[in-house]
Amino acid sequence: MADWVDVCALDGIEEEDVVRFDHGERTFAVYRDLDGGVWCTDGLCTHEQVHLADGLVMDDTIECPKHNGRFDYKTGAALRGPVCVALATYPARVENGRVQVRV
Amino acid sequence: MTLAETERRQRDYSLTGPGARHAIETGLASAEWYHSDIPRKTMKELMRRTDGPATRDTIIWFGLLVLTAAGGIATWGTWWTVPFWAVYGVLYGSACDSRWHECGHGTAFRTDWKNDAVYLIASFMVMRNPVSWRWSHARHHTDTIIVGRDPEITVMRPPNVPRKLLYFVGIPDVFQHFWILLRNAAGHFSADERDYIPDDELPKATAWARRFVAIHVLAVALAFATWSLLPVMLIGGPRIYGTWHMVMTGLLQHGGLAEDVLDHRLNSRTVLMNPVSRWIYWNMNYHVEHHMFPMVPYHALPGLHDLIKDDLPPANTSILDGYREMIPALIRQEREPDYYIRKDLPPVARPYRAEFHALDVAGH
Repeated sequence: MADWVDVCALDGIEEEDVVRFDHGERTFAVYRDLDGGVWCTDGLCTHEQVHLADGLVMDDTIECPKHNGRFDYKTGAALRGPVCVALATYPARVENGRVQVRV
Repeated sequence: MTLAETERRQRDYSLTGPGARHAIETGLASAEWYHSDIPRKTMKELMRRTDGPATRDTIIWFGLLVLTAAGGIATWGTWWTVPFWAVYGVLYGSACDSRWHECGHGTAFRTDWKNDAVYLIASFMVMRNPVSWRWSHARHHTDTIIVGRDPEITVMRPPNVPRKLLYFVGIPDVFQHFWILLRNAAGHFSADERDYIPDDELPKATAWARRFVAIHVLAVALAFATWSLLPVMLIGGPRIYGTWHMVMTGLLQHGGLAEDVLDHRLNSRTVLMNPVSRWIYWNMNYHVEHHMFPMVPYHALPGLHDLIKDDLPPANTSILDGYREMIPALIRQEREPDYYIRKDLPPVARPYRAEFHALDVAGH
């Protein structure tokens, strides 16, 4: 199983927001919800490969900045067209005030 | 073939022909586009969704539709009926386009079922298949005015200016749209439609086309049964007699500007407009801003414009000013299809980037 990877300080992500996290050759989107929970998905929209970190977080959804497709970032489910394919999700946690993901 | 004939030859705008292959091979398809810099915190504020403005505007819209229709019916047969239908026509046959557009993006309302409900009603009014046009518009945003990729290029080169004038009374636009609905209702989709609509969406598109056709056929049948124009004045007819405002504003969006570039400052036009037109058009006059940041709701576009206007070509100062710029360009494009308007940027703006496209930044 992959190791936990440090992303940033928890304060580095505003509540109900997302940041981009590049690791190796891959790119991820790391979210913080209104309850202080952190979440991680693939960083690119499954529709047109646009970085989701430039999009809008509303409640449990992330909206793609290019075509306004929506995903549930907690489950990866595609919620609104033009996205049809779900996002991959990854474990995320907060340890000693740092956000970590297992990717 | 003479040189003049070669220059006047219509470009191939189909989505399955040589133009499409050229766009993919040259990296113009699904490419990276220029964006003005906006701090994330500011962008979040601009993108913020709320139900308030769109709910207010929709109540006013439906309220005015009901009032003007009632006035038109009550005064039918007299000259007093004309102003009621003039207003009803624009509210139905023009305002439908902007409501279709914003609710299709899902940005008008925060509550998504409201976006979907208004989107369906507006799609019916504008005679667009609500399924296929959602995919068509997504492609328009991926590949804006990229020849062979964008299914929504309104002014193809060389333009036919007299034909464009007929669009102001819905000809042949409304008949083309209804023919597409009829074709879709029979389960037939063109090669272009199949290029941007996923296969599993086609049955849904067929079902909606059948519903839309049935309602229009019912209105026409009612007109014959009652031997009165009233049913088609109410349903369908406004796409002819009230569509002029949609065409007037729509042509300005990209007309006379560049094709095959990856910078919306070169292929889209922002036009400052009077408040009535902006309400009908739901601020889509800020068209460069909308294409650069489609996440920003219509009611936040003036704020976005103020923020990035120094990075954009100066906006046209009025609808008239926009037409004064566009019409000579379209007339010239009839003879020289490669001609386009390239606007100068303010001194503080980031320059057009030649590495984004094959544009000759010193030309035109």
